[in-house]
Amino acid sequence: MFKNRQRLIPWYFALPGLLWLIVFFGIPLINQANVSLMTGDPEAGYELTWAFSNYTDAISEYWPQIRRSLGYAFVATVIALVIAFPLAYFIAYKAGRWKGFLLLMVVLPFFMSQVLRTVSWQLLLTDNGWIVARLRDIGLLADDGRILATSTAVIGGIAYNYLPFMVLPLYASLERLDRRLLEAATDLYASRATAFRKVTVPLATPGLFAGSLLVFIPATGDFINAALLGSTKQYMVGNVIQSNFLTILDFPTAAALSFLLIGIILVGVVLYSAILGTKTLTEAAG
Amino acid sequence: MSINRTPVSYWPLGQNERPWRAIDARTTPGIGVRLKLVSTPEQLTPEPGLRTVEDGGARAAATGEIRLEGVSKFYGDVTVIDDLTLDIEPGSFYALLGPSGCGKTTTLRMIGGFEVPSVGTVHLDGHDVTNLPPNKRAVNTVFQSYALFPHLTVAKNVAFGMERKGVNKAEIKRRTAEALESVQLAHLAERRPAALSGGQQQRVALARALVNRPGALLLDEPLGALDLRLRRQLQVEIKKVQQEVGITFVHVTHDQEEAMTMADVIAVMNRGKIEQAGSARELYDYPSTAFVANFLGQSNLVKASITGTDGDSSVAETHDGQKFKVPTGRVAATTGELAVGVRPEKVWISELDALDREERRCNRIRATVITSAFLGVSLEYHVKTPGGDELIVTVQNNARDQVDWLADGTEVELSWEPDHTFVVKVGADV
Repeated sequence: MFKNRQRLIPWYFALPGLLWLIVFFGIPLINQANVSLMTGDPEAGYELTWAFSNYTDAISEYWPQIRRSLGYAFVATVIALVIAFPLAYFIAYKAGRWKGFLLLMVVLPFFMSQVLRTVSWQLLLTDNGWIVARLRDIGLLADDGRILATSTAVIGGIAYNYLPFMVLPLYASLERLDRRLLEAATDLYASRATAFRKVTVPLATPGLFAGSLLVFIPATGDFINAALLGSTKQYMVGNVIQSNFLTILDFPTAAALSFLLIGIILVGVVLYSAILGTKTLTEAAG
Repeated sequence: MSINRTPVSYWPLGQNERPWRAIDARTTPGIGVRLKLVSTPEQLTPEPGLRTVEDGGARAAATGEIRLEGVSKFYGDVTVIDDLTLDIEPGSFYALLGPSGCGKTTTLRMIGGFEVPSVGTVHLDGHDVTNLPPNKRAVNTVFQSYALFPHLTVAKNVAFGMERKGVNKAEIKRRTAEALESVQLAHLAERRPAALSGGQQQRVALARALVNRPGALLLDEPLGALDLRLRRQLQVEIKKVQQEVGITFVHVTHDQEEAMTMADVIAVMNRGKIEQAGSARELYDYPSTAFVANFLGQSNLVKASITGTDGDSSVAETHDGQKFKVPTGRVAATTGELAVGVRPEKVWISELDALDREERRCNRIRATVITSAFLGVSLEYHVKTPGGDELIVTVQNNARDQVDWLADGTEVELSWEPDHTFVVKVGADV
């Protein structure tokens, strides 16, 4: 009796989280799965008809946005990685007593709403703003060129918004890395560059993996950056879902798109971890 | 270097570690032959010594000579190494022994190239390598807690150095396999280091360093993380490896017994300086400082001065006026602060006036037993002299030498041979 109780204790601890997950994730998910198979119109209401055609229709109608979402998210993830790795490396190894301060600076943007930050970028990059004028001066931008409402702006916005999600896991990985391993590498005739390539990078892979997922997944579903920094030409699947839900009120299409997005990301993540995960775990630096 | 050595496994197995491997090695001809590899001439000849990796072509004779000249190391205001000069003979097993913070690890790291001396030069085989990075030095290190690459298999760990040097793949494969077999870990080649026990990891670290055939091997407290029994066993094994590969081993440790078990030459370090260097026997029998006398074994030391010398024999007078004969050869200094000493096991203890004149040793002192302990192999007495010095006397637990267990408070006479007496310099820290 007593033993049984003890065995149940971990479950009691998990209970609030489980309840939260069931009420705010499980039930809505089932509900939306239900909605995604309905037909009808906003006036007369929708009704479950097991209309799997909603999915194929959504794909054929919104394929450009789906593809664009994946493309933007991918490029933004790569950009975030390129910026975050040196930054995390610097904070972990070179920042000394500034470490805490710099980490605070990395997360500081989170103290402000994402919408507000993106609106600030909108103001900075506006067509008659200072930045665009200077870029035209030095010829990086044609005289009638613009940044706002281009894919550059949207991708840049996404990379900016999700950068901390890349920096923090990378930092954690690098910080944890035993510095003596680098000494051992140089002792075994590796130059500093080779030691970095053969030891630092492979051992930072868990952080790289986590960071990439943390950026890529929300970036795929992001709609704020496309809405504020892009035009309809840059709309991503997130924008489509949003307008279908809130403007057109075509709930089944919006729900179907949501599930498609979940499905695509799930498949992508499984493939990604299969490739990178097993590679790092068995044969990484070989 | 003897080539026709009998084929031996240089990793005799611990009783608790996969005994069937040991049986394999003896009964399976194939394995027995392969275990011979350490004794093949090719394996025994280190690559051209401690030349820097870069000066490739010239095949100088491998020696493995290490020389530090006037080396100091400062961190800010702190002096870690204080004007250190040392010569390590090629092919010797050299131990740097000292308490933590004495600078022994820093010294090793300067030989390995991980630290650059603030002053002075480091020479490997006559070449000045003071400013060369570790990857340009033909020495390899076995790190404290091993520093095995956790993301690589055991085999890949061992192959790492050869891959960097551009050894061809077939040879890497062959030498990796050989090295792993010689440490009896061939069956674990594809495992990750995390899946290995401490002793096994230690062997991988040793194989990973030796497979590169360095001119010298540096060992930084390589056994510190292991339990006593395994440590004892590996001490003997590493010593055996050194004798078989015949290269210089520099071993850092704070464990005097470990240094005595393994090293040909022990350098006792204290406060960034070498107090004394020599064989275990020399250091034990002829300590030159109070620090050495107490770091290598125990010593009874009493403040004294030299009051007379007559040829081979000198007289030391203690602060409380006792006079002892000392062989002049065992007097480390005649001026400055000195102490006269004798090892606890060299002293005879007996009840006052219990001994005949003939039985008494020449150096004698009265004392009172304060406390005693039975340690199995010996009895240990703590006694106090009239001058207030506390001395230790150990008596072997054999019927030949002793005598009943003397009770606390017993008035006793201590006596010992003048030949067992020595005089040492007293540093700032006795």
